[in-house]
Amino acid sequence: MTPGLAQETVDVDVAVVGAGAMGATVALHLARGGMRTALVDRGEICREASGVNAGTLTLHMTRAALIPYAMKGRELWLTTERWLGMDVVARSAPGLSLAFTPAERDMLEKRAEARTAMGAPIRILTPAEACRIEPGLNASLLAAAFCELDGHVTAYLTGRAYRQALRAAGVAIIERMAVEQIDRLGQGYRVRGARQVVRARRVVLAGGVWLETMLAWLGLRVPVKCLINQLVVTERMRPVMRSVVGIASGLLSLKQFENGTVLIGGGWQGLGDPVRGGVQAVPENLIGNIQLARHAIPALGETRVVRIWLGLESETADAMPMIGALPGLDEAYVIGCVHSGYTSAPYMGRLLADRILGREPEMPLFDPTRLVQAAPNAVEEMT
Amino acid sequence: MSRETDVVVVGGGPAGVEAALAAAAQGLRVTVLDEAPQAGGQVYRAPPHAFGGTIQRDADPIGVALRQRLAASSVVTCFEHAVWSVSPGFRVDALAPDGPASWTARAVVVATGAQERVVPFPGWTRPGVIGLAGTTIMLKSQGMLPGERTLVAGQGPLLLAVAVGILKAGGQVAGVVDLASPADWAREWRALASRPRLTARGAGWRARLLRAGVPFLYRHAVQAVEEVPGGLRVLLTRVDRHGAPTKKVAREYLVDALAVGNGLTASTDITRLLRAAHHYDALRGGWVPTLDAEFRSSLPGLYVAGDAAGLAGADAAVADGILTGLTVARDLGAMTDTAYRGAIGSLRRRARRARSFGTAMARLMAIRPAHVAAIPAETIVCRCEDVTRAEIDAARSEGAQTANQVKAWTRCGMGPCQGRICGDIVGALLAAGEAPREPVGYFTGRTPLRPLPLNLLAGDVEYTSLKLPPPAPL
Repeated sequence: MTPGLAQETVDVDVAVVGAGAMGATVALHLARGGMRTALVDRGEICREASGVNAGTLTLHMTRAALIPYAMKGRELWLTTERWLGMDVVARSAPGLSLAFTPAERDMLEKRAEARTAMGAPIRILTPAEACRIEPGLNASLLAAAFCELDGHVTAYLTGRAYRQALRAAGVAIIERMAVEQIDRLGQGYRVRGARQVVRARRVVLAGGVWLETMLAWLGLRVPVKCLINQLVVTERMRPVMRSVVGIASGLLSLKQFENGTVLIGGGWQGLGDPVRGGVQAVPENLIGNIQLARHAIPALGETRVVRIWLGLESETADAMPMIGALPGLDEAYVIGCVHSGYTSAPYMGRLLADRILGREPEMPLFDPTRLVQAAPNAVEEMT
Repeated sequence: MSRETDVVVVGGGPAGVEAALAAAAQGLRVTVLDEAPQAGGQVYRAPPHAFGGTIQRDADPIGVALRQRLAASSVVTCFEHAVWSVSPGFRVDALAPDGPASWTARAVVVATGAQERVVPFPGWTRPGVIGLAGTTIMLKSQGMLPGERTLVAGQGPLLLAVAVGILKAGGQVAGVVDLASPADWAREWRALASRPRLTARGAGWRARLLRAGVPFLYRHAVQAVEEVPGGLRVLLTRVDRHGAPTKKVAREYLVDALAVGNGLTASTDITRLLRAAHHYDALRGGWVPTLDAEFRSSLPGLYVAGDAAGLAGADAAVADGILTGLTVARDLGAMTDTAYRGAIGSLRRRARRARSFGTAMARLMAIRPAHVAAIPAETIVCRCEDVTRAEIDAARSEGAQTANQVKAWTRCGMGPCQGRICGDIVGALLAAGEAPREPVGYFTGRTPLRPLPLNLLAGDVEYTSLKLPPPAPL
């Protein structure tokens, strides 16, 4: 904070830093639960991962342990009109994960088994059965895993839907203001940005790949890995598929939206980092990704690629989420690093909001304490 | 496998060719890539080789000479190559008729010129309505008329060039409708006087149109176009000096084509893609890359020449192109400082003179905020995705403040043109008039720079020979 520079100060019960689907959901439920809430983002609501991801509602690739959460999240996405007041063009569709080689078939069976054990209704189909569900498939497949509970969301509409709901709930939305530091006060926190200072009794960090930086503001060291996922969309084309299609390795996700465009994902990597964001698509990785896509749905060869973009995905050391109270701090919370996080965000956010509001969450949270490493400055303080 | 070279020049118009020739003359290996079948850019676009007769003979001698010098040089040329990606480092990817091709280069010169801008009005996306620059392409490369009877409307010097081109090709011009007043043109007299050859050409065009009985309507704009049996009904309205229309329909024309354009914008796809610094300059074609005096962008190794650096016209593109080529040669160590300084002296003066004419023309093409403000609510702004002004306004009132946020909320700019056509208009609508454009920003540059036919890009491969990264964890 520059001394002498006039800054507006906002006093709230809770400040949520990071306005992706996680942070926005927490903020929404806290405000509805009666707390004066501020939501701060250096950019705009849901314009990073939450607005640019593939919008896949899939259980095939969700970490097995997170299946029950993803199933709840999926239900919430399909009913946003009820709780966000706007349809984000979320649609239920069957999901297929394909195997074209014996090795992929083994992988498919192992993945299906682990997820079925956690409650996902996945079963293995023969090629003929799979082609009946999805006539557009390459018939040379060896097997397919099938799940009725898949679907997709139009991710770029997420921010618009949340913004309306947050405003209606009375959340103070502070966009385009990067937080520079968070200070601990006697009771509560001071969240400092260039234009405004937010004084809050509680703080929630929801910064996705930027959580490592945010946690450091509170003296906690938690390494967060950053993936730079490439996404590809085609121009509008005739209907060529009706299901969500992937392959056993997870290197493909495919869906055709109602407007005729086909979204191709699968976690192929582009260039970037948390500081610069997604910088550049890697042409070779685009080519590999579309070769795989065309192999699964041959009709895709007819269309043209219109746009490629990048989305940043966060991951902790054990690839499991951190959601809960931060150790050694009073009323400070974190939420993020959830695999298939977009699918489960509306549910995960509600669980944390329940915890903050003093209600018992419906399912267990993911204690971040296990991930905290001894910070060098903490050692210094002890000596 | 990428081919290795010293310099890739993207764009084979006057700026790109001159930059390539200048750099190659210093011993550098230079490759020029262009999506057209021959060099010349839009301004000196050549008819296809297979075309004989009058079109071939009418090719501009400047363009013919440009192509001859290029052919006689060591520059490698790859035409019908659409560049779709430029990555830092640099790697340049293009799609050729037979599939993908790529180059690695120490330096990249962006010479991608300018693109058309139309201030939308109801009916502008109908068949029979075509851009002014689009019309020049049809005339120059195909000898084709947009219609038998064409109304020419919009602003800037392309009005005259298109109207005369139509007459020469045997078409009928129903009228020339100019947003500017004669006084607007007269205000540029000093710059016009600096280029007597071009000014005389313009005067000759005007005289020819008047002899042919073509009416000129100054301070008028198209209000709407309707389809009627036998063609298009074009409704015109008078405008004030800010471009704001007066309410009543001033005149109607029944034509079968309308050629309309409101100037050009700098083609910044590559510089935006590479996240180079840009600033907004309404008088030079909107968002332009921020360059130093020697045509270096904010990204080391990336240079911009010609209209892609801000509208300045074909003559300036020649001088600036040579200067850019020399800067590249010096930066890559192919030229000593002394040799460089010796070479640029007179060129700089020549470039300045040429630019003053070009920028005068660019001023006549500049967008007029009141003209944009008057776009009716139901008018389509993004023609790829059919997004109307009312939808953009609604997003704005819901809290979308930047071009990228409006894109996400409305699909405006998400189509095959990637916002090339609507981008400047969306920016003007969001900035609401004269307000600065910087907070609104621009659509983030994305690959592919041109839509990529998926089959061509994927090629023929067996599943088992695909190079796949390791699978996701169980």
